[in-house]
Amino acid sequence: MIKTYEFPEYPYIRSADQDAGTAVRRPVVIGGAGPIGMAMAIDLALHKVPVVVLDDNNTVSFGSRAVCYAKRLIEIMDRLGVGERMMQKGVTWNVGKVFFEESEVYSFNMLPEEHHRRPGFINLQQYYIEQYLVDRIQTLDEVDLRWKNKITALSQAEDCVRLTVETPDGPYELEAEYLVACDGANSDIRAMCGLTSSGQVFQDRFLIADVIMDPKCFPPERWFWFNPPFHDGQSTLLHRQPDNVWRIDFDLGWDADPEEEKKPENIIPRVKAFLGEDVEFELEWASVYTFCCRRMDDFRQGRVLFAGDSAHQVSPFGARGANSGVQDTDNLAWKLALVLDGKAPVSLLDSYTEERLYAADENIKNSTRSTDFITPKNEASHQFRDAVLNLSRNYGFARSLVNSGRLSVPSTYVDSSLNTPDTEAFAGRMMPGAPSTDGPVLRNGQEDYLLSSLGNEFRTLLFVDPQNLPTDADLAQLQALAQAELPVYSYLVSPQPLDIALPQGVELLVDSLGVVAERFDGQPGTCYLMRPDQHVCGRMRRFDADRVIAIQRKAIGH
Amino acid sequence: MAKLILDNNMAAPDDVYELLTELHRGLEPEQSADVNARLILLLANHIGDSEVVAEATRIAREHLPPAPELKREI
Repeated sequence: MIKTYEFPEYPYIRSADQDAGTAVRRPVVIGGAGPIGMAMAIDLALHKVPVVVLDDNNTVSFGSRAVCYAKRLIEIMDRLGVGERMMQKGVTWNVGKVFFEESEVYSFNMLPEEHHRRPGFINLQQYYIEQYLVDRIQTLDEVDLRWKNKITALSQAEDCVRLTVETPDGPYELEAEYLVACDGANSDIRAMCGLTSSGQVFQDRFLIADVIMDPKCFPPERWFWFNPPFHDGQSTLLHRQPDNVWRIDFDLGWDADPEEEKKPENIIPRVKAFLGEDVEFELEWASVYTFCCRRMDDFRQGRVLFAGDSAHQVSPFGARGANSGVQDTDNLAWKLALVLDGKAPVSLLDSYTEERLYAADENIKNSTRSTDFITPKNEASHQFRDAVLNLSRNYGFARSLVNSGRLSVPSTYVDSSLNTPDTEAFAGRMMPGAPSTDGPVLRNGQEDYLLSSLGNEFRTLLFVDPQNLPTDADLAQLQALAQAELPVYSYLVSPQPLDIALPQGVELLVDSLGVVAERFDGQPGTCYLMRPDQHVCGRMRRFDADRVIAIQRKAIGH
Repeated sequence: MAKLILDNNMAAPDDVYELLTELHRGLEPEQSADVNARLILLLANHIGDSEVVAEATRIAREHLPPAPELKREI
């Protein structure tokens, strides 16, 4: 058992569905209560969709597992209500150092540009994020989280998925209008659907050793060694976690015996060779893993949708597993909610595969490239790798080639069928399909951020200033948009407070530093339509309600 | 988009060729491989355009059988 964390044990509670006599039908059932399944559940609950989550276990992740959470995941977790807790506990880091053989070749600072609410990355053990998600779920009436409930059979009918669920009290039948498989890399649901995930296996093994040390020993930085003298010339990664725990990752090669390597008597000498004989540490958790980069061909089969590792898997370099999995649910939740509500065509669900398959391929490409750099597959690759590292000591260009993991950033869905392409010229990164950037704003006189103000619904950002105020006709149209069957709410984004009365559904964001206007190329009059997942749907240089409605229709799959 | 130049682009081709061969004088095969790798990286950076580099990599191995398919079912 580990020393810094006590694992909660959640009770199995018999559900009324088990005594119903016939199968009860639920709108959405989620298989798996890991970070992805629980994020999916909370997101659906925010859209007022009742959801049942089934998990065959009754606690959180054993071991630290996914420890590196990127800015976009934290922003999504802010929307779901657990971002602040993650920030309070997590270790924020910005500095990375790269070592080659005996010495440091260079260091880099990942400090993101100013005026964002959240940093580039935090490190946090996976069990904390899971615990925070469980706590959040317990505040939501819409989520029924059932521990010790294992899906053992499923079949798809025209109008539902029929499930057999095994519990400590025996099996029961359950029906779901939609089933979301968040049951991990070895997804049982995927297998029960007769589907596979295919790609490339890497013939390599890595050892994770989490050790407890005095925080004076190492700063909260990410240190990566290529060919270090202390580990037979194989790569090693050091990363700080909360509770004075450090993650050490050792490349062991393919021939290593995982059972032998997991034994403390074999781990401790490796750690000592690395830290030095006189550094005191305690071994907290260890795991030997192999990895692959693979994905399914389609993340939807009828009424079953796949998210996270069940749909796609990457090597750990770049922290793209949990980070991309939560981006899946960010993408899927609002679409599923609209389809269930009859407000969008069922075909909207196909855009989930379209957009997230594109993201999965981007993640797989990046993670494969990192893996090939860290563990070169042939002699020539090895020579290129070592040449890059040697040149990087003195020549800046080579540092751009050093790849110890290209850390997770969200995809811009460049060619998504939900986007409305630009018909006017815009500068900057906020193109249709892009996830919204951030910036400080005043909202109701309170300091806030753009990203904390967006999400869960369609919303325009209409850039104005005192010389270019919206007309009464504009305001009437904005009000009508907010009252539509599928509402579009609005923010007027102004460099200073405005002395005009705003109708219901229209609020003011004061962008006093001009950061939001600059990042969106928001000249006065410019109007963006943002999706419920904070991605850009489309934009125009002059507000036109009919264009906004057309952009929204496209964004919901019409 | 720049294209890979395949007609002579060197004012003094013999000088350039001599530089390439002299580079390896007295080196063990392993050292030569390292030096070649560094040289390719330096030149690739100077070229910059990945399409030009891609065209060069294609021609460099066109006489050899194509790489085996990487993807496999797992």
